[in-house]
Amino acid sequence: MLWYIGRRLLQLIPVFFGATLLIYLMVFAMPGDPIAALFGDRQPSPEIIAQLRAQYNLDKPVIVQYLIWIGGLFRGDFGTTYSGQPVSAVMAQAFPITARLAVLALLFEGVAGIAIGLVAGLRKGKIFDNTALVVSLLLISVPTFVTGFVLQYLFGIKWGIISTTVSGAAPWGELIVPAIVLASVSFANILRLTRASVAENMGADFVRTATAKGLKRGRVIRVHILRNSLIPVVTYLGTDLGALMVGAIVTEGIFNIHGVGGTVYQAVIKGEGPTVVAFVAVMVIIFMLANLLVDLLYAVLDPRIRYAK
Amino acid sequence: MPSNRHIERYVAPIDETPVAGVDAVDTSQKASSVWGDAWKDMRKRWMTWVCFALIVLVLLAVAFPQLYTRTDPDYKSLMDSLEGPTEGHPLGFNKQGQDVFARLIWGARASVIVGLLATVLTSLIGGIVGAIAGYYGGWLDAVVSRIGDIFFAIPSVLGAIVVMTVLPFRNVFSIAITLAIFGWPQVARIMRGAVLTAKNADYVTASIALGVSRGKILLRHVIPNALAPVIVITTVSLGAYIVAEATLSFLGIGLGDSAISWGMDISAAQSTLRVKPELLLWPSAALAVTVLSFLLLGDVVRDALDPKARSRR
Repeated sequence: MLWYIGRRLLQLIPVFFGATLLIYLMVFAMPGDPIAALFGDRQPSPEIIAQLRAQYNLDKPVIVQYLIWIGGLFRGDFGTTYSGQPVSAVMAQAFPITARLAVLALLFEGVAGIAIGLVAGLRKGKIFDNTALVVSLLLISVPTFVTGFVLQYLFGIKWGIISTTVSGAAPWGELIVPAIVLASVSFANILRLTRASVAENMGADFVRTATAKGLKRGRVIRVHILRNSLIPVVTYLGTDLGALMVGAIVTEGIFNIHGVGGTVYQAVIKGEGPTVVAFVAVMVIIFMLANLLVDLLYAVLDPRIRYAK
Repeated sequence: MPSNRHIERYVAPIDETPVAGVDAVDTSQKASSVWGDAWKDMRKRWMTWVCFALIVLVLLAVAFPQLYTRTDPDYKSLMDSLEGPTEGHPLGFNKQGQDVFARLIWGARASVIVGLLATVLTSLIGGIVGAIAGYYGGWLDAVVSRIGDIFFAIPSVLGAIVVMTVLPFRNVFSIAITLAIFGWPQVARIMRGAVLTAKNADYVTASIALGVSRGKILLRHVIPNALAPVIVITTVSLGAYIVAEATLSFLGIGLGDSAISWGMDISAAQSTLRVKPELLLWPSAALAVTVLSFLLLGDVVRDALDPKARSRR
């Protein structure tokens, strides 16, 4: 197992460099001079521009810039924004908020998605199942931002239960509705995955055996049906982290949350290269580690899967 | 190869061979294929026809919007701003005084073209790359898979946001290509897995034994038999790309301002949400119905291609 983890971690290294280089090239090969853009109409003297360009390494070839940047990354230096703030300070502000949002979203889609999917799968073809299927299809086909507007309109404007925007500190309570919006599509997908897989496992031989040997129904469902049905769901949760990070851009925009999504989006629009690359690099690391974790979880869920040396 | 070489072999006596079963096969009938069986199964389900009907309606709106409306979707009359339905304008007007129904019909074009184009591109790139990686294996597979991992590690809409802000021109083609650049590894992974399964099948071993060339085996035997999971992911991702286009347009980095798309209209409806929530409803509903019909078609195709699911029904 340790060997397997080690090998997988080694495989991540080229992928990490490739992905960050790709993003770096996309951001910094942009036409236009970010330093000139900083000053607008009142351009400073060429000396100051040259000095600033040197300070941000913009006078060097892109590949050299990348190497300097990635070197800094390994020393814990995420770079400096064009307004002179260290990117790590921006991160320290944004990441806790989005982490709270993501935890709530994952909790919601995991718990509610699996629970409803399980009940629907056990009662395939009944009213509960059909309702769950129709609702999940609706959630999948409606874009997140529409779900966001609708919930914001209903809860915020019509019924006045929540405020339509989240305050700067973004406490847990205010993030509940945004988290539900963020998780809505994934919730529906998890529900459908769980349902399909539970319905399939219901007819499996091991379930018949477990029932025949007199196990209580609760135990058959928990140990035999649910555990076997969770494998595709866990796979989905791993890749879903990427979707959540993108979804955060939209959700944070709607509810005015100053988290990772909002920061990245603003940075992309304003051409704040250093912020974009640093945030995306961290997102890529999180995404890769989550997928590794998923592969390791397989072994826990399915004893038949054993990772050889 | 010399054909006159003496080969010693054992031939079982006829009464020990179960030839009766072989004789019982009716060879005069047309041979059944995976696709033929799947189509036979799909034909019987009403869901297939509902999906087809909806998709045809949407495609007609894409190709000939004039069939549905004669009103110019760009024509603004501020006098009619936010007016309700009137004669000839069944859904009323938006804030700019444009006809909501006409924009709904004309908006189909951008969404569906982006969806179709992005899907075709990802399937082609991902399918070819995945098939080659899975079939030839070795260092080629390792290199191609790692390159795929690099693109896979960047969430596709995030990558698209970065690219779209850099691009000097934004139209349906640039959006579709951008989405495809970050979307192909998903198809490649699925294709690679399916090819790995198919290439070890008995019929491939038989073809190798018959001396068929490797390239021909890949094209004639492996790819056709590995195509099913790719077809399924294709129909599902078509919906996803339509949503992605709407998301990019919503964020203001999709199509340009003069373009008509459901995403742009939803985005515009945000400002009038308190006064006229219907403006949000119509484009969202059009988008949802389109995405839904492709999604459900994907479900039907998947069920039809999966013999296990077929026997369960």
